[in-house]
Amino acid sequence: MSVSDANIGSNKSLKSGQLDRQLLAIIGYTSLTVLSVLCILPFILIVSSSLTEESTIVREGYQFFPTAFSVEPYKILFKYPEQMIRAYGVTISVTVIGTAIGLFLTAMTAYCLSRKDFKWRNFFSFFFFFTTLFSGGLVPWYLLIVNYLHMKDTGLALIVPLLLNVFYIIVMKSFMSNIPEAIVESAKIDGAGDFLIFMRLILPLSKPALATIGLFLALGYWNDWYNALLFVADDKLMPLQYYLYKMLGNMDGMRKAMMGSGAVVTTSLPSEGLKMAMTVVASGPILLAYPFIQKYFVKGLTIGAVKG
Amino acid sequence: MKRHGFIQDVIKYRAILLMLLPAVLFFLLFAYIPMAGIIIAFKHYDYAGGIFGSAWNGLDNFRFFFESGDAWRITRNTALYNIAFIVVNNVLQIFTAILLFEVGGKWFRKIAQSILFLPYFISWVVVGAIAYNLLSFDIGTVNSLLRNIGMEPIDIYNTPAYWPIILVLVAAWKTLGYGTIMYLAAITSIDTEMYEAAEIDGANIFQRIFKVTIPNLYPTVIILVLLAVGNIFKGDFGMFYNMVGNNGVLFSSTDVIDTFVFRSLITSNDIGMSAAAGVYQSVLGFTTIMLFNYAVRKYDKDRALF
Repeated sequence: MSVSDANIGSNKSLKSGQLDRQLLAIIGYTSLTVLSVLCILPFILIVSSSLTEESTIVREGYQFFPTAFSVEPYKILFKYPEQMIRAYGVTISVTVIGTAIGLFLTAMTAYCLSRKDFKWRNFFSFFFFFTTLFSGGLVPWYLLIVNYLHMKDTGLALIVPLLLNVFYIIVMKSFMSNIPEAIVESAKIDGAGDFLIFMRLILPLSKPALATIGLFLALGYWNDWYNALLFVADDKLMPLQYYLYKMLGNMDGMRKAMMGSGAVVTTSLPSEGLKMAMTVVASGPILLAYPFIQKYFVKGLTIGAVKG
Repeated sequence: MKRHGFIQDVIKYRAILLMLLPAVLFFLLFAYIPMAGIIIAFKHYDYAGGIFGSAWNGLDNFRFFFESGDAWRITRNTALYNIAFIVVNNVLQIFTAILLFEVGGKWFRKIAQSILFLPYFISWVVVGAIAYNLLSFDIGTVNSLLRNIGMEPIDIYNTPAYWPIILVLVAAWKTLGYGTIMYLAAITSIDTEMYEAAEIDGANIFQRIFKVTIPNLYPTVIILVLLAVGNIFKGDFGMFYNMVGNNGVLFSSTDVIDTFVFRSLITSNDIGMSAAAGVYQSVLGFTTIMLFNYAVRKYDKDRALF
């Protein structure tokens, strides 16, 4: 699970002076515990706040442990869930479609660049790499997408800009470069074409890299709100994070959205609790999935760090 | 004859070229064509004319940008924040990685590692919400605590001076787990014979860390720092925008080039100046990475990016 436990374990079996080890253990356990607590406390804070009665929050502020328990914010959130479900739908569709297409294109591109017999691989590598060194800036990019490609208020604006990323191509390429060339050559002798070799041989051999880059891409799509901020005005296309962003910014917008779905919302809406409940709901799935995907993540990053 | 060879090569590599085509088109469209769009910075942009139909206005956009007084402020903020991020994040990540490597049983390590990685997985929008939770004047946790111990609450969202510290801490918090794993991977790949040799020479565990582990991390540090230095004039828009938003009171210490460019484009709709600021940022960034890469090349050819 963690980076090569065997290796770490073998170091501990080495014997030496005891005092310095004890000192390091004290420093280590203390620091790591403090850092871990600092990393997890904010999450406890939002969950706790979302479960605290509004009047208590207003009177005493956000607290780490709910003193006056209430599930009111969640009730309201799930009473008129239309907008939220739609936002979930947008995010899930964008994440699935974007990750699938992006991963395929990243792998295919990386494969071409990893082929040592490909005469122009350096030229193309530089062609891609140069885009990380220099860019036209936000304005021409924005105008291109809005005025020339007419992607504003379309799903394409949420998917296409994040499809390919030079860094991911490089990580994938360095992984594929370590696949023995003999495999490609023997397949060629058997008469397989380049595309077939990629699909049948390279992809199955690249699973760890595919898992890592796939997760990076999925995380990018799930947490994306920037493209929505720039390109989406239509409420139907609001992804989850952007919906949360808007809700945090103004509760009036929230009220309007709820009224739009037929709700009778009084002014006593528990706005602080509701904001936090929405925050929990928007980050919940990725955090629940996290323990399951973490092991791939760590594995893939290891590859990236060692070979990249 | 040469031309003939070129055509033959195209035929020979036709499948690979075809497979490269989507990515080539993607980067042509979304990276290279916008580079040509830099001419907007030298034009008085109007929607009817578009990029090519608008009238030229020479360096007026740049003059306006530099005379606005914002240029120096956003350049300084962007660079200083990134330098602070590079130093603080890397030191903290190396420290944590070494401790994770040296201390604890499997169980402890696994849990610590999982928790440290948690913040990396949430969006900046959520981080913004958490920050508000902690820092807001009326109901923020920090101020509740201050009131409880009888101190005056602090109006953090109206005081620019606090923000450099807050933003550096938040950046460290969000990236701690990610960077720690990178360095942990590097530490794990250090040859164990080196440790054994140090052990035989009678090194204690601290000497081992400072004489073996840390020197062996230099290549990783150089690569990560080099990549970060290339982005020294790029502000993490997601972070700054969600933490500070359009709170003008704080701009003196929080405005970076990216938030400035975004505001000029979307909020004040000043396309020409926004484009000029973007070009200024790109040129600065390009120059910096070229200089640094050159410096690293002189020092050690293998460590340079290109």
